[in-house]
Amino acid sequence: MKCRTCRGPAVIDLPRHNANFCAEHFFELCRRQVTKAIDEHAMFGTDDRILVAVSGGKDSLAVWDMLVELGYRADGYYIALGIGDYSEESREITERFAAERGLALRIESLRDDHGFDVPTAAKVTGRVPCSACGLSKRHLFDRAAREGGYDVVVTGHNLDDEAAVLFGNALRWDVEYLARQTPVLEAGDGFPRKAKPLVRLSERETAAWCILRGIDYVIEECPMAAGNRHLQYKELLNALEEKSPGSKAAFYSGFLDRMSPLLADDRRRDVLHRCVHCDSPTGGESEVCAFCRLVERTRGQEAVPVEMLVKKKSRSRTSRRGD
Amino acid sequence: MIVVLRHPRREIRIEGSRRVHALLAELELTREAHLVIRNGTLVPGDGLLEADDTIEIRPVVSGG
Repeated sequence: MKCRTCRGPAVIDLPRHNANFCAEHFFELCRRQVTKAIDEHAMFGTDDRILVAVSGGKDSLAVWDMLVELGYRADGYYIALGIGDYSEESREITERFAAERGLALRIESLRDDHGFDVPTAAKVTGRVPCSACGLSKRHLFDRAAREGGYDVVVTGHNLDDEAAVLFGNALRWDVEYLARQTPVLEAGDGFPRKAKPLVRLSERETAAWCILRGIDYVIEECPMAAGNRHLQYKELLNALEEKSPGSKAAFYSGFLDRMSPLLADDRRRDVLHRCVHCDSPTGGESEVCAFCRLVERTRGQEAVPVEMLVKKKSRSRTSRRGD
Repeated sequence: MIVVLRHPRREIRIEGSRRVHALLAELELTREAHLVIRNGTLVPGDGLLEADDTIEIRPVVSGG
């Protein structure tokens, strides 16, 4: 296989582009796609202060690396979620990435700073771990951006993530969620602007970026996420992509171009007030935001070992299969 | 060749040489969800993997 641009030996084949690339021209393609996403959706400019939500995974490290390379002012923000060895490794990798490049990284710990961790929150609330994890991340990203004076929070959501979420929302025809599924969420009511510069890159491409750039990232999957619905949607979409390259990009970009504008009227924010504990914007009837209620519910609870929840999930899947 | 697989990490041995796409098909792995790595760099779909190679097949799908 030869690189489409220089005819040198290729290192990656990209069926959706019907092309192969050497490392140098693959990097060029990635930079071009990210720049296009940033410009097309007016995500941010070179004067803006960007807070990148980093997890130690391929996507968040790739987007941080690309933004710095492209000349943006991007600092990192990492939340220690307390998911056993997985969290330990992801923190070490993130700290090393930042230190090697001289980048600013702020670290916050659910256990040390807020008194709980994701496994304990899942046990206490009786909900899936991803629920407490997502709630905590959203709340703390917003708060960190507000307190740090950042203009925008950037996340590493890629094309596969967005296509899978779109697939799930469309299966349920969840108009409210479909309306909100945009590459940029504007700031307002105390929330910072949020942007997803990787929406034009697949996760195979972000992983390839990391490998070819020599970026060490967490390879193993979060033990709490194994078998979740999001992964099932990705598996289905990848089976389709294998037979019909470009399907995921067409599905997502078609939605943005033709369906999303029709949903503009449904893109309204809830009526909000300030949480009496932390001053964050919050909706609903409670005076206290969902994150502060979670802190309250988990206060004084003994830490739940991650293995206990993983075994429980595994048993539940086995019984559903009827094995 | 020695093939390193992930989730969880393990090794299997495959006799003889293979093209990347043929090896993935043999192991029933989708190309869109995997990358093949040899000596720290990627090998494209028609790349030939020799019998004495050690390679890693890395899944790229994450569930966050």
